[in-house]
Amino acid sequence: MKTHVIIFPGSNCDRDVAVAIQNIIGSSPEMVWHKDSAINQSDLIVVPGGFSYGDYLRCGAMASTSPIMKSVIENANKGVPVMGICNGFQILIESGLLQGALIRNSSLSFICRDIIIKPTNTKTIFTNKSTISKMPIAHNEGNYFANSNQIKEIEDNDQIAFQYCDENGDINAHSNPNGSINNIAGVFNKSKNVLGMMPHPERAAESIHGCDDGRNIFESLLS
Amino acid sequence: MLAKIHITLKKDVLDPQGSVIANSLKSLGFDNINDVRQGKFIELEINSNSKEEAEKQCKDMCEKLLANLVIEDYSVEIEN
Repeated sequence: MKTHVIIFPGSNCDRDVAVAIQNIIGSSPEMVWHKDSAINQSDLIVVPGGFSYGDYLRCGAMASTSPIMKSVIENANKGVPVMGICNGFQILIESGLLQGALIRNSSLSFICRDIIIKPTNTKTIFTNKSTISKMPIAHNEGNYFANSNQIKEIEDNDQIAFQYCDENGDINAHSNPNGSINNIAGVFNKSKNVLGMMPHPERAAESIHGCDDGRNIFESLLS
Repeated sequence: MLAKIHITLKKDVLDPQGSVIANSLKSLGFDNINDVRQGKFIELEINSNSKEEAEKQCKDMCEKLLANLVIEDYSVEIEN
């Protein structure tokens, strides 16, 4: 499998996700600087977490105009799997590949802790091995928002990827860390080859992390 | 020309920062406040032949980058 990880100024999860890809998928990803303009052939492009451009204007807004994003969008439109984690999710939203918006956490606090998510649609390349999983979130703007028409459209097309839940898998207000509408933690594009998620599977990918539930997302991509 | 651009959260988007500001103002004794909405103000100098053209360009900038139309509204004012 040929894999790519994009690096923006301010990315800080690029190496973590590269290690997860290497260990789980068995592919050594090509690290692509944001000023490069082309990814010619890929089986997976990851837009990693971090604080690209210092979160100026809106999280992900500046990065979405980087030269490499044109190629990411072209590849996504051709059906190449593209995955955005945390700031990567914000960048994919700002670039128009995913619907909705990510706004300030309802608590107004930066949240860094383990949460539990439940896959909402397990029939995709990213989630076919997914189960209820524990992994960390670390964000200030992870509060997923879309207006009621957009939410209906996303639900009708099975585009919700993950929802925050409790240990029993119940999706309720108590298990919602940041105020996201309908506890949404991740969404797909319409054709399900683009995934954006706020939780960090790459930080829960081996036993040394204390939890390896995040592996199932990378394992799904293998099957 | 000078362009003054206001970007505000849409009415149906919760503004937690605005709510906290409202509470703080109330605790200072400004108890006649009903609602606070926080936004962004961007000022930019622009070379243009006419106010209309400058306004059109600024609107284009808002749609493409300065505002996120899912959650934000914008308004543009051009001064000579």
